[in-house]
Amino acid sequence: MRKVIIAALLLLAPGLLLASETAHLEDADIDLRDQASLQRGAKYYVNYCQGCHSLQYMRYNRLAKDLGIDMVTLRETLIFGDAKPGDLMTKSMRDEDALKWFGVVPPDLTLVTRWRSPDWVYTYLKSFYMDDTRPYGVNNILFPLVGMPHVLGDLQGKQEAVLEPAHEPGGEPIVEGVKLVEQGSLSPAEYDAMVRDITAFLTYAGEPVQLLRQRLGMYVLLFLGVLFVFAYLLKKEYWKDIH
Amino acid sequence: MSAEKTENLSWIDKRFPLTETWRAHLSEYFAPKNLNFWSFFGSLAILTLVIQIVTGIWLAMNYKPDATLAFGSVEYIMRDVDWGWLIRYMHSTGASAFFIVIYLHMFRALLWGSYRKPRELLWMIGVVIYLAMMATAFFGYLLPWGQMSYWGAQVIVNLFAAVPVVGDDLSVWVRGDYVISDATLNRFFAFHFLLPFVLVGLVFLHIVALHHVGSNNPDGIEIKEGPKGNRWSDKAPADGIPFHPYYTVKDLMGVVVFLALFALVLFFMPTFGGLFLEAPNFQPANPMQTPPHIAPVWYFTPFYAMLRAIPPMWGSQFPGVVVMFAAILIMFALPWLDRSPVKSMRYKGPLFKGALAIFAVSFVALAWLGIQPASDLYTLLSQIFTGLYFAFFILMPIYSSIDKTKPVPERVTS
Repeated sequence: MRKVIIAALLLLAPGLLLASETAHLEDADIDLRDQASLQRGAKYYVNYCQGCHSLQYMRYNRLAKDLGIDMVTLRETLIFGDAKPGDLMTKSMRDEDALKWFGVVPPDLTLVTRWRSPDWVYTYLKSFYMDDTRPYGVNNILFPLVGMPHVLGDLQGKQEAVLEPAHEPGGEPIVEGVKLVEQGSLSPAEYDAMVRDITAFLTYAGEPVQLLRQRLGMYVLLFLGVLFVFAYLLKKEYWKDIH
Repeated sequence: MSAEKTENLSWIDKRFPLTETWRAHLSEYFAPKNLNFWSFFGSLAILTLVIQIVTGIWLAMNYKPDATLAFGSVEYIMRDVDWGWLIRYMHSTGASAFFIVIYLHMFRALLWGSYRKPRELLWMIGVVIYLAMMATAFFGYLLPWGQMSYWGAQVIVNLFAAVPVVGDDLSVWVRGDYVISDATLNRFFAFHFLLPFVLVGLVFLHIVALHHVGSNNPDGIEIKEGPKGNRWSDKAPADGIPFHPYYTVKDLMGVVVFLALFALVLFFMPTFGGLFLEAPNFQPANPMQTPPHIAPVWYFTPFYAMLRAIPPMWGSQFPGVVVMFAAILIMFALPWLDRSPVKSMRYKGPLFKGALAIFAVSFVALAWLGIQPASDLYTLLSQIFTGLYFAFFILMPIYSSIDKTKPVPERVTS
């Protein structure tokens, strides 16, 4: 047991050093007030991501309500299979199949923007590059040896790693960045916009209440501001005879 | 109002000292008239305790203390429970707010010398409250069952394993298992529910002690020892004013300012940049995967930094654990360490003022260092600041007695 303490206390440093060496993140530049962007993001998500990644804490009808989607459109465009509007957005793939195909169960993404960050998700979706040593022929700078294929590869096209020579002789070259070598069916700008929509949607899904929270906060602060004036005047009135 | 007692009130008063209590603790409890903003933090501490208990009970109505359901039930509260997100953020923000308020309340005691005779017991009850708060916060932090909940609890409970001879058995006894598990979650939930009510009891004792000895003030002068007679009573201290209505309306002002800051965090930055709600805690606990960097929540980090500052000796982490707990327990001795002839920092000399400044800087620096990953430089800095933290207490009998103090006025200054 003592080993666990020492491991936990003293071996933390290298882990963080590694983490801090990862490539810098691009600004996702999302706008949660842009409902069209969130709606597109939701559409992309159910089409490209939800086969493998659940949003197990998100309900279809909550999404429809928050994103201004009516029930008919919801049923026609976002709900596949026999799910009902009140259901949670589970994935279609079974865990045992996932283990067979990818070696891991793809993580639930409801809170991914909260424990990583929106910028991380945005950059991640743009950081796949061709790597023949990997089972699906792709690797990712932000998530080395990632298990998933580049699902959006046909849209983005093919990217190659930009390599920098190893720091020490005989070491592996360091992947410095990626560059597009063969455009897919979308232009780079269109692909960025698509990835931004997905990131915006996932950021919304991480905390559906965040816009309401901020709007409400304004009213609460205004109320407290007014209350302060009265509290101050009350105090002044009572204290005027204390010297 | 008390002059024209209704029949009902006198019926009650014959059976329960309602009017008497109201007078003794509010309308005729005479507090010094020169209290400044530092005195807000006492009433704010009670307010935050109430916020935590009320929101906590509502959270408990929807939370599931079960390792397979706990994480999901928190998200259920955040999404499906009406206003659940508000209650949960009030509770998570409230936890940090409680510690901020208490740290300022304790610093006020240092500034005014409120731990000195006759307030030694008042201070010591306060330190017990602080310990009970830390225990409550520690138990509560496991409940969301995120990665940081899990691994933070793992690291802290493992500290018990460092105790010589009985350590391993002790840590298993605390956890109820060989690792943090469902059994641990259940008992932590039970304690997290119980301890706040113990806190209420301790706060009651704290106030009983306070009202017995009377409130201190920025001058550190005993108004009870000064001249008698004021507008309300011939026997009351001349420099005292009734707590109600004077300090109730004044504290109300403090409450509104506090609530505004509270709302600012709650509605616009509930995670407070990862300090109040840590990012790894949005990932469910995974016993198979240690997060790259484990740090306790900010209010524990000064002591965590001290723990890490002490190198393992004889192959044991125990010395670090001892130092960490000693850092809190040494506070009990404070009333007898201060030998200064004056109480308040206003009349203390440059030595004491400098010592307090170094102490405050050390505490904040240790809090910062406790969040950072360990490195050689940071460990060295932690060792230096740990030394300074203890020096403040251990050297106090010396510097407080040779310090050049200023004369204390007869009456409170405004």
